[in-house]
Amino acid sequence: MQPSAPAPSDPELRALISDHLHLEGPLLPMLHAIQRSFGYIPEAAMPLIADALNITRAELHGVISFYHDFRKAPAGRHIVKICRAEACQAVGGNALAQRTLEKLGVDWHGTTINGAVTVEPVYCLGMCACGPAAMVDDRVVARVDAARMDTLLAEVGA
Amino acid sequence: MKIRVPMDSAAKALGADAVADAITAQAAARGVEVEIIRNGTRGMLWLEPLVEIDVNGVRMGFGPVAPEDVPALLDGKMNGLGPVEDLPFLANQTRLTFARCGVIDPLNLDDYQHHGGLAGLRRALEMTDEDIVAEVTASGLRGRGGAGFPTGIKWNTVREAEAAQKYIVCNADEGDSGTFADRMIMEGDPFTLIEGMAIAGLGVGATRGYVYLRSEYPDAIRVMRAAVKIAQAKGVLGPDVMGSGRAFDMEIREGAGAYVCGEETSLLNSLEGKRGVVRAKPPLPALEGFLGRPTVVNNVISLATVPVIFEKGAEHHASFGVGKSRGTITLQIAGNVKHGGLYETAFGVTLGGVVNDIGGGTASGRPVKAVQVGGPLGAYMPREKFDAPMGYEEFGAEGGLIGHAGLVVFDDTADMLQMARFAMEFCAVESCGKCTPCRIGAVRGVETIDRIAEGDADAAALLTDLCETMTDGSLCALGGFTPYPVMSALTNFPDDFAHRKEAAE
Ligand SMILES: Cc1cc2nc3c(=O)[nH]c(=O)nc-3n(C[C@H](O)[C@H](O)[C@H](O)COP(=O)(O)O)c2cc1C
Ligand code: SF4
Repeated sequence: MQPSAPAPSDPELRALISDHLHLEGPLLPMLHAIQRSFGYIPEAAMPLIADALNITRAELHGVISFYHDFRKAPAGRHIVKICRAEACQAVGGNALAQRTLEKLGVDWHGTTINGAVTVEPVYCLGMCACGPAAMVDDRVVARVDAARMDTLLAEVGA
Repeated sequence: MKIRVPMDSAAKALGADAVADAITAQAAARGVEVEIIRNGTRGMLWLEPLVEIDVNGVRMGFGPVAPEDVPALLDGKMNGLGPVEDLPFLANQTRLTFARCGVIDPLNLDDYQHHGGLAGLRRALEMTDEDIVAEVTASGLRGRGGAGFPTGIKWNTVREAEAAQKYIVCNADEGDSGTFADRMIMEGDPFTLIEGMAIAGLGVGATRGYVYLRSEYPDAIRVMRAAVKIAQAKGVLGPDVMGSGRAFDMEIREGAGAYVCGEETSLLNSLEGKRGVVRAKPPLPALEGFLGRPTVVNNVISLATVPVIFEKGAEHHASFGVGKSRGTITLQIAGNVKHGGLYETAFGVTLGGVVNDIGGGTASGRPVKAVQVGGPLGAYMPREKFDAPMGYEEFGAEGGLIGHAGLVVFDDTADMLQMARFAMEFCAVESCGKCTPCRIGAVRGVETIDRIAEGDADAAALLTDLCETMTDGSLCALGGFTPYPVMSALTNFPDDFAHRKEAAE
């Protein structure tokens, strides 16, 4: 389950930022911690991070936009990632992904109308001998067929 | 009763947690006392969840086990596989790096030591830095991350560099499809990696280490973080490594979903908190790496192989293999294959031997069409190349790339034009953006392959030309090697690039 986004407060953000300032190369751990708390990187965090690390907001934006993991707007309540990589393709991954997207009526990166699920592509979950693989929030599932996917989607309210 | 149920994320993804829960519940209902140990995986993925029960000191295997099977399992009515270590897939391997994986409790340091763990580090602590590096050089170890660069030479460069602070950075970005060896060892024997990094630190004079671990591996991150904490508490890591008075400590850092961050200089930028853009070399990371300081960047398997080299000696390691590829290759047999998993054996086995004899052919039962070796930047090998021996130079001579030793098997339903298109699409999605042939070329590549599919007779020549430009004009192997899968698909499977055109005519 993604954290439902309460309006992030400055003190909370500042605490998450200062928790990481002692690290060598603190930015990625900081962004992960903020996203873990709020489900995304809130706009309000931008000047605070830029200030704390003495970098420009443009640089910060450049970093956030470079990585597939970071989002600047909330996702659905759950994130379902489906592996698109070769090993899963070899065992029917494409068909599974296509069917799932059609069933949910979304494209990659889209969120279902009820806000339950955002579907993301992922390139390899390390389940290459037991694909097709998917990941529901932090839980990896392997040998996913249509029926298994339906069960997973039902569990997260899609 | 001692029962082992793997906690490896592949086993969990196939239901191992539910099986462990069922065992606890059913044992309680029966009034039998069981001790459940969550081991790593043995690497026989078609048998997961593979449950092992100790019978008179022999570990008997059962698998795959579903929660519904647990009553029969506990009542001794489930058909078993016999002693796990007698299964041919396991018995025929030469396990150096993976010797403990699946055998021990991954987070039990005593168990680790009972199986040879820390013997290598103890030995290294008695050696000079020069001798440590010489031992690695003599072992013939080459980087298992893809490039096959001699590890001893890299370490020596860092050792000789003068700096107040040096680093050991472990590349655990394992982004290649078809690979999971890094994940498997981090989840199944994490202390091996820690020990290997500590030895590297002693060898080159580095006191700090980082593992850059991809975010797609949340289980591996959890296990590695727990293992580091234990190693710190037990004095294996810290200011006084095993009472030697020498320091080495390390931290686990989470990646953020960028394939290119597996490239070592991109990884270093990412670790520093920057965009994961590839840096031009020189300067070498060995001289100006993390925060501009001398840094060893090594793959997980390279570092995890170091302890056994010190435990058993460089000679022992060097005695396996073929040509300049010494030691073992940790094959990851994946995709559409009957017996998929991790298979560690001396370098030199043939591709066909791996796919057919070890892997048992396809899972679908259809003929094998192609095998992609070495990840998304590796070539699609046709069956005609099945005699190719798996050694760096030997396989290279056949137009292949060993890379991180992952093999993805495809049956005859695979459409190689689509696979070539995917390779270009992947390159476009993951390009760091620094070079035009990669950033723009990959997008053009997708379009050109679509034109081939539509029957454009000139497009194949254009694609070949584009691939040459990418090969020549790219700074790193993402842009530079994407032509491998594309061109190997085009040349080895020309029919797949012609059929639509003919169908249209
Ligand atoms: C696009 C790209 C992705 C790479 N991904 C990885 C990776 O996931 N893991 C890895 O160990 N090496 C990867 N490499 C190779 C590294 O740049 C580097 O050679 C390696 O980490 C060195 O360690 P080794 O000598 O122990 O193999 C990648 C290279 C490129 C160009
Ligand atoms: S080849 Fe591609 S990924 Fe590599 S440096 Fe150039 S643009 Fe970046």
